[in-house]
This record gives sequence, C-alpha cells and structure tokens, in this order.
Amino acid sequence: MTAVSDAATSSALRTREATVRRFAFTDMAFRTATRLSAILVLVLLGGVAISLVTGSWEALSKFGFSFLTTESWNPVTENFGALAPIYGTIVTSAIAILIAVPIGIGIAVFLTELCPRPLRRPIGIAVELLAGIPSIIYGIWGLFVFAPFLQTTIQPFVIWLFKGIPGLNSLFAGPPYGIGLLTSSMILAIMVLPFITSITKDVFDTVPAVLKESAYGIGCTTWEVTRRVTIPYTRVGIMGGVMLGLGRALGETMAVTFVIGNAHRISASLFAPGTTISATIANEFTEADGDLYTSSLVSLGLILFIITFIILALARYMLLRIDSRTGA
Amino acid sequence: MSTAASLHQNRKRKNAVMMTLCVVAAGIGLAWLALILGALLYKGLSGVNLAVFTEMTPPPGDAGGLLNAIYGSIVMTIIGIVVGTPIGVLAGTYMAEYGRFSKLTTVVRFINDILLSAPSIIIGLFVYELMVRPMGHFSAIAGAVALSILVIPVVVRTTEDMLNLVPNALREAGAAIGAPRWVVIRSVAYRAALSGIVTGILLAIARISGETAPLLFTALNNQFWSSNLNAPMASLPVTIFQFALSPYEEWQQLAWTGALIITLTVLGLSIIARSLTGRREDR
Repeated sequence: MTAVSDAATSSALRTREATVRRFAFTDMAFRTATRLSAILVLVLLGGVAISLVTGSWEALSKFGFSFLTTESWNPVTENFGALAPIYGTIVTSAIAILIAVPIGIGIAVFLTELCPRPLRRPIGIAVELLAGIPSIIYGIWGLFVFAPFLQTTIQPFVIWLFKGIPGLNSLFAGPPYGIGLLTSSMILAIMVLPFITSITKDVFDTVPAVLKESAYGIGCTTWEVTRRVTIPYTRVGIMGGVMLGLGRALGETMAVTFVIGNAHRISASLFAPGTTISATIANEFTEADGDLYTSSLVSLGLILFIITFIILALARYMLLRIDSRTGA
Repeated sequence: MSTAASLHQNRKRKNAVMMTLCVVAAGIGLAWLALILGALLYKGLSGVNLAVFTEMTPPPGDAGGLLNAIYGSIVMTIIGIVVGTPIGVLAGTYMAEYGRFSKLTTVVRFINDILLSAPSIIIGLFVYELMVRPMGHFSAIAGAVALSILVIPVVVRTTEDMLNLVPNALREAGAAIGAPRWVVIRSVAYRAALSGIVTGILLAIARISGETAPLLFTALNNQFWSSNLNAPMASLPVTIFQFALSPYEEWQQLAWTGALIITLTVLGLSIIARSLTGRREDR
C-alpha cells in the first residue's frame, strides 16, 4: 500500500521535475531569443555605419578632406566633391524648418486651446495622415501640381517684387523654373509639419493644468498663457520635435528628387535648381559606372548618416529630458 | 483709466490676432491634405480601369497596366513584414519584459529611435553593400531585406510601448498560479497588448508599402513579369518614380493611378491602425 503510493508520488515528482526543467529551458530559450533580437537592433545600426565607411573608403582616401569643400561633381573626369549637395541639403532643410515650426506650433495651440473637443481627434488624425502619405506622392504632386503653380503665379510675382532691392533680388532671381531649392523646401515643410505638430501637441499636454489655470486666474489671455507658460515650460520638448523634423527633412529623398532639379551647383538664388545628398544618390546610384563614382555616392551617404545621426540623437536627448521631468 | 482700458484692449486684440493665426495654421495643414488628395483623385481616378490590374507595365508610348509592379510590391512587402515582425516583436518583448530596467534596453531604445527616423536611402545603401555587391546583381530579396530593416524599428517601438501598458497585476496573477515567465508573456502580456502590437504591424506595412528610396538600388525595377526572388523585381513606388519623370503621357497617367492606389492603401491602413488603438483609449 505505502509502496504503491510512494512509487506514485515519486513518479509524480519526476514528471513535475521534468516539467519544471522543461519550463526553465523554454524560458531561457525565449529569453535568449528576445535578447538576441534586441542586440540585433544595435548590430543593424553598427552594420550600417561599417558598410558606409568601407563603401566610401576609396573616394575618401583619394579626395581626402577636400571632398567636403569641392563644388565640382564631374563623372567624366572622375572628380567629385560634396559641397553642392551638402549646401542644398542644409539650405532646403533649414528653410523647411523655418516654415514648418510656426505653422506646427500654431496647429498645436489650436488643438490644445481652441479646438472644440469633438473636433480635436479628427483634426489631429487628419494632420497626422499627412505624415503617412508616402514621400513619392509628395514628389509627384510637387512636380505636376505645385511646381507649375509656383512657376506661373508666385515666382514671377516675387521676382518682380524684389527686383529693385539689393540682396533680396539675388536671393529671388529668375528665371522661374518652378522646381528648385525653394520649392523643395516648401514640400519638405509640409512633410515635416505633422512630426512637429504631433510632438508639440504631446508636450503641450504635459503642462500641469494648475500652472495654466493660475495664469488664467490672474487674468491672462489665451495667447499670454501660451507664450508665457506653455511654451517656456515645454521649450526643450518643442526643440526635440523640431530636431526630429529636421532629421526627417535632411534625409528625405523621393519628394526632393522630383522637385530639386538635380543640378550640381551652388547658386545664390533660391529659385535655382540645386541638389541634395539624398537626391544625388537616388538619381545617380544605379547609373554610376566606375568604383570611384559609386564610392563617392556612398561617401555622400556617410555624410548624410553622420549629420542625421547627430541631429536625431540630440532630438532624442531633448525629448528624454522632458519625459523624465513629467515622470518625476 | 483710459490707459488701463487701452492696455486691456491691446491685449485682447493681440490675443485675437494670435489665435486667428493659429486657426489659420490649422486651416493650412488641412488644406494641404485636401489639395494633395484632391489632385491625386482628380488625376488618378481617370486612369483607373481593369487594365491597370490585369496588364503589365507597357513600353514607352503604349497603353498597359501595373500588374507586375503591384505584384512585386505585395511580394516584397509581405517578405519584409514576415522577416521584420518577429525580430521586432521579440526585441520589444525583451525591452518591456525581461530587460525592462537593464542598461541594454536603454541603449537599444535610443538606437531604435534613431533607426526609426534614419533616412531610408541610407538603408538602401547598406543593403546594397551587404547583398547586392556580394551577389553581383540586383534582386527582389535584397529589396525585401531593405524593407524588413525599416519594419523592425516601427514594430520594436509599438511592441515595447504596448507591453509597458499591460498592468503588472496581470503578470503577477499569472506568475502566482505557477506559470513560467514565457507563458505569462505569451498568454497574458501578448494577449492584453495584441491590438497595440497589430497596430504597430499595420503602421509598418503602411510605411514600407510606399517606400521608394531603399528599393531603387536593391530590387531595382523590372518591366516584365517576374516572380524570381533572385532577380530584379518591379515595385509600385519605383515604377511611379520612373514613369512620372518620363516624357510619355501614358506612363505619367499610370504613375498617377499608381500613386492613387498606394495612397489609398496607406491611408486605409493607418486609419484602421488608429481605430484599433482608438478603441483602446476609450475603454
């Protein structure tokens, strides 16, 4: 009798032990799989950096530092310099940010302070849908709808308006092509607008209600509350959002490729065609013959990677700061 | 008295001006969306017919369809999702479950956020160096790998966020009845976060189905029907790029129609994704 029950308990114990061991093993296997996947994310970024450096080695060792300061880009004589694309990238992104920031903050203020509650979500979603539209759609729209519109209406008017004003007349010099640096900047502005808006709206929501209410309590207007309380309180977060938008604008490829004109030169006029790093790569990579040409294009990619990495890292750092403050 | 009154008037006026500007800003945002969608519908709809979905991309100056491009896009998107999603979900699981407070998680989160906004053309260059150059030719599989690299950060981010929202009491209840950790994660945490994780996957599909830059020099393009993963394959975005910049009217029309198809797909997916999470918030 006892022997039988002993045997039963010991066999039950054995199966339980086996089950526990199996559980522990599966758990370890699952844990390792998740950990490896997390590490893979790091490996991916490392791999991107390494492949760009090795790919650009030939061009960088040939041209050295002068790659960054040479304007000429000549596939025939195999003389390549990155100055024109770098200039185009920075100018278009900077103007895009200048246009998008006030509009983005304006929309965020509208959504948090003015908008009737039932409309808030639909309008917020509509603006965020702008972020979902693929960049090639902005490109085709920019080339066939927006650029001709600018060419026939806005650009001739602006050229005429600033004709007599020194400085401005070279900045807005004709002929009006429609495509060019300014057109690209405006398309980029539309594309980064949703990023800036949604982050600004999110950080506006972190402002403690009691701060705003006390400002309203001493008789401030909505604008004064926004200007003196909300914006100062969320300054770091807004900067983070702007940097994030800037990172997007710097690397944006297809939309710009359609409307920039792809000309390797630096002109004073914003109406002139130019090029950006990403547009150059997109336009020329498959046609590049010769290792040096390909390598020069990869070098452009490396430069873009370094610039966007720094900008995006700064953006994340700033957004982390505001996160930790609301967490505390 | 009169200065106080005028100061009051001034502040009110300034407020009115600034608030009007904010309304105008919102109007501008909505107007852009309307303008772009309007132009797409206007130019794209006129080209929608059965041939678009049943015929191959035509040679210059001929009528035809987009069948091989649509097929290529679907194939590469599916492979990209199938490869990228498990990695993304597992990495997000590590960050939210096993290693929530580990140093690795902090680093991965930072790097992942950078990958999330990194220029997609850089990913194209990476895959070119990684696969196309060693293999010696462009291929659909290289394009799919490039897309899967774009999927991973999106899925990692939403998986981590959604798992972090699962109340710990649920996990403790699972652990209290003796379930090992992976069972708790699988049967409790995943189930609770399911709609959020699905949202992440939908957003990832929406993102990669319109991506052009990473396909330009990985999958390249193909004017003919090809189901060979080891050969160049057409895709809708790259075809639009090529056709839109061509001087041929038929090609440009097909580009607009393709653009309409992509946009409706992408917007449809993001609206479904949002309505999934929207229900969550209401609960």
